[in-house]
Amino acid sequence: MDTLYLSVALFLLLTLVAGMWRILQGPTPADRMLAAQLFGTTAVACLLLLAQVLQQSALRDVALVFALLAVVTAVAFVKRAWTEKHDT
Amino acid sequence: MEEINVLLLFDVVLGLTLVWLAWQTLSSLDLFRAIVLFIAFGLLMALAWVRLDAPDVALAEATIGAGLTGALLLSALAQLSASQKNETKPSLFIRLTLGVLLFFLVIALAYTVLSLPTKAVGLSVEVAKNIELSGVSNPVTAVLLNYRSYDTLLELGVLLLALLGVWSLGGVSTNKSSFPKSSFVNPVLDLVTRLLVPIFILFSGYLLWVGAFAPGGAFQAGAVLAAAGVLVFLSDWYLPSKYSGFALRLVLVIGLVWFVSMGFSFVLLDNAFLEYPPEFAGGLILLIEAAATLSIGISLAALFLGREPATKSDSNIDIDTGVNK
Amino acid sequence: MILDILTVILLLVGALFFLAGTLGLLRFPDVYTRLHALTKADNVGLGLIVIALMLQADSWFVVGKLLFIWILILLAGSGVAHLVANTAQKRGIKPWKK
Repeated sequence: MDTLYLSVALFLLLTLVAGMWRILQGPTPADRMLAAQLFGTTAVACLLLLAQVLQQSALRDVALVFALLAVVTAVAFVKRAWTEKHDT
Repeated sequence: MEEINVLLLFDVVLGLTLVWLAWQTLSSLDLFRAIVLFIAFGLLMALAWVRLDAPDVALAEATIGAGLTGALLLSALAQLSASQKNETKPSLFIRLTLGVLLFFLVIALAYTVLSLPTKAVGLSVEVAKNIELSGVSNPVTAVLLNYRSYDTLLELGVLLLALLGVWSLGGVSTNKSSFPKSSFVNPVLDLVTRLLVPIFILFSGYLLWVGAFAPGGAFQAGAVLAAAGVLVFLSDWYLPSKYSGFALRLVLVIGLVWFVSMGFSFVLLDNAFLEYPPEFAGGLILLIEAAATLSIGISLAALFLGREPATKSDSNIDIDTGVNK
Repeated sequence: MILDILTVILLLVGALFFLAGTLGLLRFPDVYTRLHALTKADNVGLGLIVIALMLQADSWFVVGKLLFIWILILLAGSGVAHLVANTAQKRGIKPWKK
């Protein structure tokens, strides 16, 4: 069972690396930011799996923090860096 | 031994990705792309800290490194003019010289790291031996708030100084935001903020409490509190001016002041500065951390806002430019 | 035993949804469709993995924590998806038409 958890975690990490291509490509700022959001969620899944394998419940707290902070960066993006004005 | 191999593979992929991501972040000419890459780097760095058995650092990295710094950078980018948003590529000569110098630096670093002893002889044995006297059972908190509490006290001072520096550079803000404000309040953002901010505050309290016996503590709790503040500021809410004078300043300094006064109060009972009697140590540490959490949270949120909020007595400040009339 | 088989299936399907989300992010033609793919990974992918871990949890406290994390991500994810799509539309980014 532990091997399965770790394999899924590794698989998720690899999809995360693949998703990085979208940050590099763009073309719009939203695309880059969306990829970062996906990273956050994938990292949460990885952390929950690691918490089960390594038997460290603190990692679930770290996953919670990831979830909360992903919201803050996304809202900062929408309200600051990508406002409704048409400039970039 | 199957699981150890997959874990090793995980670590290798993580390490390589971190290096590649760092390179991409630094070499990106588009600043916005660099910021998003930086946020992603922060996330993966937190994962790396988890794999290095440091969940406390992972918590701090995720909140401050990825979350708050990311939001701050995005906010700063919005205030740059369009021409400043892209960097120009430096000349070939500069790049080659830098490349050669960095190559030698990497060789020197690699040599230093590889010649370190594989089993680090730290002070973890001494820390573990005296942990009951420290009042908490999380060794990280014991080191931060008891064995090396002087360092933490100075860190609080540094944070306060940083805020003073930012305030003295930025002028006085007005409640008229320099960001375009839509004519209506987005109901989804409103709802999300109203639902999430209480959760942030509760979680901050949880991290503060749990820091005594599990990963957590004042800095992590303060950073989560600051994130709540940032979310609230992003929803176009500002502190009413009657609180932005004395009340705000009181909350900002209370962490440092409380810490110092606790440190001195036991000198009256014949202890050294910052030496806590073991029977009270646990409760004292919690009180100090609570004050520190409040200060850290409000300081970091104020750093995000950037400018010093105007108080009622600032009537001789021109509202539109923040300059003294 | 049944619990273990269920966990394995849920984990694998959850991972599949994450793969689908990432593939969607990479291959779909515009912001809106990519957003759609993203939220599928968020909601369903993470949800299935969370359920799988809940089946294997040691205590009810862990079950509660896992559920809480998933609900938070659901809430935050849908809020953010709306905000991004709304702003994209206001900026004049047109949805992809064949």
